[in-house]
Amino acid sequence: MGSIFDILGPVMVGPSSSHTAGAARIGMIARQLFGRQPEKAAVYLHGSFAATGKGHGTDKALIAGLLGMKPDDMRIPDSFEIAKEEGMEFTIEPKEIKEAHPNTAQIIMEAEGVNTMKIQAYSIGGGRIRVCKLDGIDVNFSGESNTLIIRNVDEPGRIKEVAAALSDAQINIATMQVFRDKRGGYAVMVVETDQIVPREAMEDLESKKGIIRVKFLLAN
Amino acid sequence: MSYQSMEEAQTRCEKEGIEFWKAVQLEDADERGVTEADSWREMKRMWQAMLDGLDAYDPELMSRSRMVGKEGGLVDAYRAAGDTLCGDFMAKVMSNALKMGCNNACMKRIVAAPTAGACGVMPAVLVTYYREYDVPEEKMIEALYVAAGIGQIIANRAYLAGASGGCQAEVGSGSGMAASAICHVKGGSTSQIGHACAMALKNLMGLVCDPVGGLVEVPCVKRNVGGAFNAIAAADMALAGIESQIPVDQVIDAMKEVGDKMDVSLRETGVGGVAGSLRAAEVVARMNM
Repeated sequence: MGSIFDILGPVMVGPSSSHTAGAARIGMIARQLFGRQPEKAAVYLHGSFAATGKGHGTDKALIAGLLGMKPDDMRIPDSFEIAKEEGMEFTIEPKEIKEAHPNTAQIIMEAEGVNTMKIQAYSIGGGRIRVCKLDGIDVNFSGESNTLIIRNVDEPGRIKEVAAALSDAQINIATMQVFRDKRGGYAVMVVETDQIVPREAMEDLESKKGIIRVKFLLAN
Repeated sequence: MSYQSMEEAQTRCEKEGIEFWKAVQLEDADERGVTEADSWREMKRMWQAMLDGLDAYDPELMSRSRMVGKEGGLVDAYRAAGDTLCGDFMAKVMSNALKMGCNNACMKRIVAAPTAGACGVMPAVLVTYYREYDVPEEKMIEALYVAAGIGQIIANRAYLAGASGGCQAEVGSGSGMAASAICHVKGGSTSQIGHACAMALKNLMGLVCDPVGGLVEVPCVKRNVGGAFNAIAAADMALAGIESQIPVDQVIDAMKEVGDKMDVSLRETGVGGVAGSLRAAEVVARMNM
C-alpha cells in the first residue's frame, strides 16, 4: 500500500484513475524510456482499455503522455490536436494480448536516428502503473522511485560494473532486478536508487563495453 | 507502517496526547522520509486543487457520451430561486458534488478522493463548509489528514476500488472520509470521528458499482450527492452524541465481507445494476455508432 497521497490524490484529469491518469502515466514513462518525443507511435489497447478506453479518454491520455504531459495536465483532452501540431504521428488500435492485465497498453515508438522501442505496461488503479515488457524482455517497474534502466549484453561482469559505477558516485541501490531474453542475448537491469543518478555516472556507464543504453527515470 | 485500525491510531493519540490528524501526518512524514512541513505542503496542494477544481466547472461542457455535464448548473439555478427542499447550504453541497463529478466526466482536473468516481464527495462537504463559514484554512487541511488517515485504514482492512468491492468502497469510503473530516472541523473528538465514519459507511454498505457503459458518469455523478449528504448526516449524528453500536474497524471488516460476496456483475464491470438496464443498452449502442 502506498502513502496517504494515494488515498487523497492524485490530482488528475478525469474521468478514471486507472483508465485516464494511469494511461497518461504509461505514455509519459514510455516517452522517458525512449528518451525523446517519438516521431511515430503505434499504440495498442488490450482488455478493458480497448473496451471502455474511448469513453474514458484512455486514447487521448496515452498520446498526451507521449507528448510529455503529466496526468494532471489540462491539455489531455486536446492531445490529438497537439500531436498533430507537433508532428507526432500516431495510430491507436485494439489488440488481444495473451495473458495480459485487463488494463494493458503496448506502445511502439520510432524516431529518426534512434532504435525503435517497444514497451508494454498496465494500469493498476489509483493512477499507478507497471511496465512489464521492454523490447520483448519481461521487466517489472513502476517509475515511482528513482529508476535506472540499463540495456546490456548478457555476459559476465556487467552487473559488477554497474554496481561499481553507482558505488563510485555514492549512490545507494534500493532494489535491483535483472532480466534477459536468452542466455548470451540481451538483458535489462532495473535498478531503483535512493539518490538521483548524475549525468556523469550515466555517461560513464554508457561508455562501458557491453552496455547498450542507459536511461534514468526520476521518481514521480 | 500506516495504521491498520482506528483502534491503533486512537491508542497512539491518547498515549501521545495528539489529535488524530497529527497522528496521520507524523506517520506520513515517517513513512515517506519527509518533514512535517513537506507533508503539510503536499496536503495543501490537494486542498488548493479541490478549490480550483470547483471554480473551473463549466455548465456548458458535456461528457464524451453526452450523458452528464450540466447538472451542477441546474442546481445552482434552482438554488438561486430560493425554494429548495433541503435548504441553501445543502443545495450548495449538492451543486458542488455534481460539479466535481461532472468535471471528472468532462476530463477536467480533480482530486481522486479516494477515487476519481467519488471525487465530488469530499469537496462538496469541505469546500462548501469552508466557503460558507469563517473557518481557517489550516483547519481544513487538518481535516484532509483526518480523511486520508481514515481512507488508509479502509484501504488496509478492505478496499477503495469499485472493481474490488463495489461503490460502497468508492462513494461509501469517500462518504466515511468526509464524515470524519467535517466532524474534525466542527471540533469532534477522535472517538466522534470514528463514529461519524462508522455511521456513514453503514448507511452505504452494499452499494454496488454499476456504471452505464463502464463510464464514470451514470450513476456515479449523482451518487456523489448521496455520499456528501450522508457524510453530513453521519457527522451531525456523531456530534450530537450518537454512537455507532458497531466499532468502526468492525464496520470496515463487514464492508469487506459484503464486497467479497458481491457478484462480479456489480463490481465496475458495466454489466449489472442500472448498467444492465434497457436504457443503458440503448446508450451504449448509440455511443458505438
